[in-house]
Amino acid sequence: MTKYILRRLLGAVPLVLGIATIIFFLVNLAPGDPALLLLSPGMSQEVVEQMRANFGLDQPTHIRYVKWVGAMLTGDFGYSFSHSRPVVAVLMNFFPNTLLLSLCALLVAFVGGIVLGTIQAVRQYSFTDSSLSVVLLFFYSMPSFWLALMLILSMSVFARNVWHLPIWFPASGMTGSDYDFLSAGAQFKDRVMHLVLPTMSLALVLMAGIARYMRGSMLEVIRQDFVRTAHAKGLPERVVVFKHALRNAVIPIITLIGLYIPVLFSGTVFIEVVFAWPGMGRTIVDAIFTRDYPLVMAGTFFFATIVVLANLVADILYAVVDPRIRYE
Amino acid sequence: MAMLAWLGLLWIVVTRFSDLLEAVGGRWDEQLAVVMVAAGLIMSWVWAWRDLERSREIKVLGVSQWDLAVRAFSKNRTAVAGLIVIVALYVVALVTPLIAPHEPSVQYDLVSQRLVGMSATHPLGTDQFARDVFSRLLYGARISLTIGFLAVAISVTIGTLLGAIAGFMGGYVDSAIMRFVDMVIAFPRLVLLITIVAIFEPSIFLIVAVLGLTLWPSTARIVRGEVLSLREREFIQAAEALGYSKRRIILRHLIPNVLAPVIVAATLGIGNTIVLEAGLSFLGLGVQPPTPSWGTMVADGRTHLLDAWWLSTFPGLAIVFTVLSFNLVGDGLRDALDPRLRT
Repeated sequence: MTKYILRRLLGAVPLVLGIATIIFFLVNLAPGDPALLLLSPGMSQEVVEQMRANFGLDQPTHIRYVKWVGAMLTGDFGYSFSHSRPVVAVLMNFFPNTLLLSLCALLVAFVGGIVLGTIQAVRQYSFTDSSLSVVLLFFYSMPSFWLALMLILSMSVFARNVWHLPIWFPASGMTGSDYDFLSAGAQFKDRVMHLVLPTMSLALVLMAGIARYMRGSMLEVIRQDFVRTAHAKGLPERVVVFKHALRNAVIPIITLIGLYIPVLFSGTVFIEVVFAWPGMGRTIVDAIFTRDYPLVMAGTFFFATIVVLANLVADILYAVVDPRIRYE
Repeated sequence: MAMLAWLGLLWIVVTRFSDLLEAVGGRWDEQLAVVMVAAGLIMSWVWAWRDLERSREIKVLGVSQWDLAVRAFSKNRTAVAGLIVIVALYVVALVTPLIAPHEPSVQYDLVSQRLVGMSATHPLGTDQFARDVFSRLLYGARISLTIGFLAVAISVTIGTLLGAIAGFMGGYVDSAIMRFVDMVIAFPRLVLLITIVAIFEPSIFLIVAVLGLTLWPSTARIVRGEVLSLREREFIQAAEALGYSKRRIILRHLIPNVLAPVIVAATLGIGNTIVLEAGLSFLGLGVQPPTPSWGTMVADGRTHLLDAWWLSTFPGLAIVFTVLSFNLVGDGLRDALDPRLRT
């Protein structure tokens, strides 16, 4: 087992290096001089040259590449032009927020998807099954940013101003404007309320995909002999479905975690922009618009590395859960 | 069916005859629309005629794999509904200049016509520059459908070729291609897209190229898997024994046999690509204003969410229904093309 994990980890190293290479050359192909961002019109030529030398922009591309990879291995990702701070500090500032959002969304999506898929499979071809299928496919076809806007419109704007519902959710940010003056309990409630809409907009789209897979997987398991045996033993339906069938049907779903992490991160970019959520995705988009290349490179690299790691974890989990898989 | 299409087109011709005459000497897209209406009229007439003829004939039974697939597909009601929506969308997109009630970038009186709700003259209201939302929606369909179709065409071509080469050649070629595929798939695609688009100037051409060039790895994976199992089959060994060149075996023997899963992946891919394009436009990195695209329209509506809810709602609904239709057709095709799932 340890050997298997080690081998997979070693295999991921060239992948990560390759990703770093692609990012570097992509960004360095870009037209436009990032140093121009810091210049003011009246500067003398010497000062300009000095600034370019400070950022290492006067050296040829291949030397910068070697230096970049070398620095990266020691954990130094350079200096963000737009935040005027080291890139690592910027990322560490925003990453926990993204992590919170995506973990919540992942949890909601998987729990919801597995439950819905199971219900559909158990009641195959019933009215519940077909209507759930239609609704889920509808969500599956939805761009998450539009879903986010519609949720804001219905659960925040209309719920508060038009329908006068007792409950409505805040439409932007991580905390309310009066957060610092609240008691500890009220602070927690404030945070949870701010989390609801972004999580829903991310999770609903993912949930639809997971439920579709789960339905198929469950249908396959339900037809197998051991399930018939369980029924024949006279076990109640609830026990057969949740104790015998569900465990086996969930196994293929685990590989979906690896598949969905990139989708999830792409989703957070939109959701963070729409909800003004201070996370990685929004930071990278802002960095692109301000041509803050070190931050773009490090952020993209960070995202890609997490995806590689997530795939690895999913593979290992798969091997742990399903003993039939050999560690070859 | 064909009769309905014919009557619909005839209705356009009758009600908008003066526009039609004008369009003959107009811009290239207007001329294209006229040609499409004429071609559509003739084709649907011929089709309706043939339907009539065929119903009188006695059918000869000769059933191929594709006939079986067509038969299975046409039994699937939701998939057929999706297909009809898609065909209708493409027809609408091609004849847009003739059926849109207003020009997409004409601004009406900003004082009285700005952000007006739904009315008879503006079926879906007007936007913040007093432009007609419904007309912009119709023109936006052209952008989304064109980009989706072209990008998927590019990626399917590259993916099928590279996947077949990797699977058939094996060895170093295989591992080189597949490691690269792993790498591209590991990227969060959206981040890669916004990086590339932001670095170069955003334009429709760039978006098609970038979307096409980042989508192919998943097709390559599917094709490689299929080819690996096909390679051991007798007909490929026979082709090798006959001394055919590798190029000929890949192009003439392998690729036609892996097309079924590729078609399914492509159909589902078009839906995906339309969502991605809308997302890029939403971030301001896609189609640039004043060209109407569904993504930019949703983004424009975002700033007026409080006072004009229709601005982002309807373009979004258009995206959802388009993508939904492609997904329905994709699902239907998968069920129809896979003999194991056929009932």
